[in-house]
Amino acid sequence: MDKHEGFMKALKCRECGKEYPLSATHVCEFDFGPLEVAYDYDRIKQSLTRAAIESRPRTMWRYRELLPIAGEPTVGFQVGYTPLVKADRLAKRLGIRELWVKNDTVNYPTLSFKDRVVSVALSRSRELGFKTVACASTGNLANSVAANAAAAGLKSYVFIPSDLEQGKVVNSLVYGANVISIKGHYDEVNRLCAEIAGKFGWAFVNVNMRPYYAEGSKSMGFEICEQLGWRTPQHTVVPMASGSLLTKIHKSYQEFAKLGLVADGSWHIHGAQATGCNPISSAEKAGMDFFKPVKPNTIAKSLAIGTPADGFYALKVMKETAGHADDVTDDEVREGIRLLAECEGIFAETAGGVTVGVAKKLIASGKIPAGDSAVLCITGNGLKTLDAVVGHVGQTREIRPSLREFEAMLKDEEKQLVPA
Amino acid sequence: MPINVRIPTPLRQLTGGEELVIVTAANVGAAIAEMQAKYPGIKDRLLDDKGEVRRFVNVYVNEEDIRFLQNQATPLKDGDEISIIPAIAGG
Repeated sequence: MDKHEGFMKALKCRECGKEYPLSATHVCEFDFGPLEVAYDYDRIKQSLTRAAIESRPRTMWRYRELLPIAGEPTVGFQVGYTPLVKADRLAKRLGIRELWVKNDTVNYPTLSFKDRVVSVALSRSRELGFKTVACASTGNLANSVAANAAAAGLKSYVFIPSDLEQGKVVNSLVYGANVISIKGHYDEVNRLCAEIAGKFGWAFVNVNMRPYYAEGSKSMGFEICEQLGWRTPQHTVVPMASGSLLTKIHKSYQEFAKLGLVADGSWHIHGAQATGCNPISSAEKAGMDFFKPVKPNTIAKSLAIGTPADGFYALKVMKETAGHADDVTDDEVREGIRLLAECEGIFAETAGGVTVGVAKKLIASGKIPAGDSAVLCITGNGLKTLDAVVGHVGQTREIRPSLREFEAMLKDEEKQLVPA
Repeated sequence: MPINVRIPTPLRQLTGGEELVIVTAANVGAAIAEMQAKYPGIKDRLLDDKGEVRRFVNVYVNEEDIRFLQNQATPLKDGDEISIIPAIAGG
């Protein structure tokens, strides 16, 4: 084995198994199946022990053997190892015995789980000699590519749908990225980027770099296991856009089990979508193993992918792990955001509202039994999607700077609270 | 009636490196058959053994996914453009 390829063996087609060199390529030439990184697990087992991991810095790179770069990371050293919060108050509200929140709203540096995939994709892009990086994005990925590329001295182009939240647009522009706004929804941005990627010699993190990029998501699952005391959770609720994160959380548990880092038990992976873009959850609820594309219409723009590339595999994972999917309306998304904020002091973006809302439904219906324990994957920060909640989260009360006025206001409130 | 078909990188080996191919078929299914006659092997790459478009292949007519139109029965007219694109990941 060539030591320059780290612990990776090859790229392998998930459909037909055909192997390819570890280059910037993402689909099988024969059947267009997605390519995935194949690892040398025997070698990984020799160095990746619990003791080794615990001795390393608290970042996602402590699981470096299971991340697809050849050498040491050169982009995003500080990413990951976000808090796993024991959410007792939210557990009570949702009616479940034990609940945890994996809080990627505070991931470094751009406050979403996308920093995980981008640090892998850009480190690998550098190894392959790219100077320009790019992405098609619903916002969070654009932010992360823009920031991490800036810090690494790479040129970046990010392509976004033109209806994106202002917060996410500014959060890409500020880093000096070339932000290209496309008149269309994400699936159209994606299609254009597939065509651009074929033409320009750029590293498109979620097109030709996708096999490396997608693996970065596993670090969220590795951290959950370690933070739970080296065990897999009974239930994990994951938001679904393309479905990639859900499949990679499952893969992370499988890999840890295979390496003996956690007991080889069973776990349930559940998927969450918005009703306004629910191709995967509607297929799961109908018991189908394929999905029908939809045209998205939801405030959860980071999940608004109507043609989910990993939808097929996400359905397969839910079926194999006896997990379920559901979807929630825009109002339920806002309610989910408020529940998480009011119970745990965590302000999530709309995707987080989707995850909380769907968890609530799955617990209420008994699909997640009330006596069990669950982890919610909260993937992005609420400060980026203020537009979605403005006017729905209460109002300020204005008074003059007078003690008397303040006391009068409190008295009024007491009257309202305690009926005479 | 000429219709342009944009060929993605993984299929260009079959078209002799051409990224744009011209067909005159009346619908998408017939266009695939016409390409197969000209570039043998291309049909197997696009369709599975049941004759359905493969799971990870997206076909667009004038930027619209044919699954929102009439799939392979989607009619074609002069000047239409077909794009064949592999499914890609989220963002």
